[in-house]
Amino acid sequence: MPASEGASLTTSSEVVERIRERARFVRLETVRLISIAKTGHYSSTFSCAEILATLYYGVLRLRHGDPSWPDRDRFVMGKGHAAVGLYPILADHGFFDPELLDGYTRLGNPLGDHPDMTRVPGCDFSSGSLGHNLSVGLGMALGARMTGRDFNVYALLGDGELHEGQIWEAAAAAGHYGVGNLVAIVDRNGYCLDGKVDDIITIEPLADRWRAFGWNVVEVDGHDVPALLDTLLSIRDEAPAKPTAVIAHTVKGKGVGFMERDFGWHLGWLAEQDEAAVIRELKGEK
Amino acid sequence: MNLNTDSLIPRGADGRPLAEGSWHIPSMLLKSPGLLALGEQLSGLVDNGEPVVVLTPDLSYSNGLWAFRERHPDRYLQLGVSEQNSVSVAAGLATTGLRPYVTGFASFLALLCCEQIRTDLAYTKQPVRLIGHHSGITFGFYGTSHHATEDIAIMRSIANMTVVAPADHVAMGALLKAYADHPLPVYFRMGRGREPLVYEPDDERIRPGRAIVHAVGDDLTIIATGTTVHPSLLAAEELRAEGHSVGVIDLHTIKPLDVAAVRAAAEGSRALMTVEEHNVQGGLGGAVAETLTDHGLGVRLLRHGIRDEYALIGPPTHLYRHYRLDGPGIAEEARAFLEPGRITSDAR
Repeated sequence: MPASEGASLTTSSEVVERIRERARFVRLETVRLISIAKTGHYSSTFSCAEILATLYYGVLRLRHGDPSWPDRDRFVMGKGHAAVGLYPILADHGFFDPELLDGYTRLGNPLGDHPDMTRVPGCDFSSGSLGHNLSVGLGMALGARMTGRDFNVYALLGDGELHEGQIWEAAAAAGHYGVGNLVAIVDRNGYCLDGKVDDIITIEPLADRWRAFGWNVVEVDGHDVPALLDTLLSIRDEAPAKPTAVIAHTVKGKGVGFMERDFGWHLGWLAEQDEAAVIRELKGEK
Repeated sequence: MNLNTDSLIPRGADGRPLAEGSWHIPSMLLKSPGLLALGEQLSGLVDNGEPVVVLTPDLSYSNGLWAFRERHPDRYLQLGVSEQNSVSVAAGLATTGLRPYVTGFASFLALLCCEQIRTDLAYTKQPVRLIGHHSGITFGFYGTSHHATEDIAIMRSIANMTVVAPADHVAMGALLKAYADHPLPVYFRMGRGREPLVYEPDDERIRPGRAIVHAVGDDLTIIATGTTVHPSLLAAEELRAEGHSVGVIDLHTIKPLDVAAVRAAAEGSRALMTVEEHNVQGGLGGAVAETLTDHGLGVRLLRHGIRDEYALIGPPTHLYRHYRLDGPGIAEEARAFLEPGRITSDAR
């Protein structure tokens, strides 16, 4: 059910299984596309695979093949470096020809390491410069209000991205205006480029920070599909008077043992033999 | 519709207006017709049915948006002292079919938000209008943090961006209206709203992308933009009285630049002089120099403005005199430049 307009609000096991399968698809496609580019953000994408799959196959109100439907829910990817995991989903929703994936990052192809809304149908906003897209999502959410449309805006933020000051400018304004149709999902995988986020500059107490800015906060295991689905659907049902921050506790590199243990896999490339082993691990064949 | 400006007047403890001459931030608006006009002009766009939304980072009294807020509170968005957030929020609003206008001091809007403007507005082709007011050295003794002598250079190096510096609030109103439907971002550069008027209302010469030729001259053509148009006209009068044949062009649209107008000036005058309240590097002078080079137009050019330095502090009019950006100063620079055998001006 890629077209999730009017998705069932009950967490049926069928939906959950589908999302889990699509999360596996995201990881496998990420490995395949990175093999084309010969460089890519493996572990940053693996940490948010369940989040992306839950949003796109269980939460967002979308129309298959119609990326410009004005009432669709919006998704902005603050952590634009995980775009490699988003493209296969957008193609799967009929927003562009899946064959474009085969030329990922090659000269003239629309799909680059960071997403470009002017080139990629279904990409609701460009990103790559951290800290911008919560503001952009706030603008979209306020725009829904001002134009009388009923859609939600979901912003996926990296936890390292929360070091950016602009995030907190947007958080303050969203809290002040009580923008309830805005949901920030923090991929709390614990790592940025140089190591542990909280060793570099701590972002704790994270839930209290969001609360202090006037947000509701929900903490969830970011790989637990039923929990993610329940959390995100209940925010939509409740139509809260405040924006919501979902702190999704995740594992950077989730699904590949050696990547889970080494933050260096934020960016990298796997030679043929290693790639084959990773694919076997992701398929559960090991 | 006339707005009641009573609420702008400063009052003492007894509620009575303070003495004539006392002023505070709201009442300063009454001394700045260009800023009061801005609020009215933006309101006019809404009245015309444009899906305008106006964003201000805590500057509604400093830039005349007070008047807009009084008229159209539902189209007004206050975002506090957060310019970068304002620009990115505008990008999001634009994706929903609205036409956001972000206002701010040019120093903070163009310099602090340069990357948000490039990445969220221009690269993404969002039809957002930026209004950078108090540009150049209009802020006088408030100092370098509040001066913007780099904004033209920054904005014109951003692909998809149009850069416009109207000479007065008549031109501002006409160009705001002319660019209302432009599908890409536009940067409007304003002074502090106290510039003498150059144009009469409804002047049909004010058209986007088209320079306004005020006069042609054999000896020299002065090319000015924004706040330097009026003093350049004064300078030309002074020079003409001394027997020089001097033309003046208002190049309000700096990008895209009116190549035909520059070509005509280069072919019709023995020398050109650009005058800008901006660093001579990368701004109007830079744009004209590039155009001359691109088109093989070998004419002497003097780029007059702030010469790659941070301006002194002082009252704005004193600074204009010091930097020879007032009428007599521009005339003095031109005179030195036109001396026989002179390659460049070194009047200072």
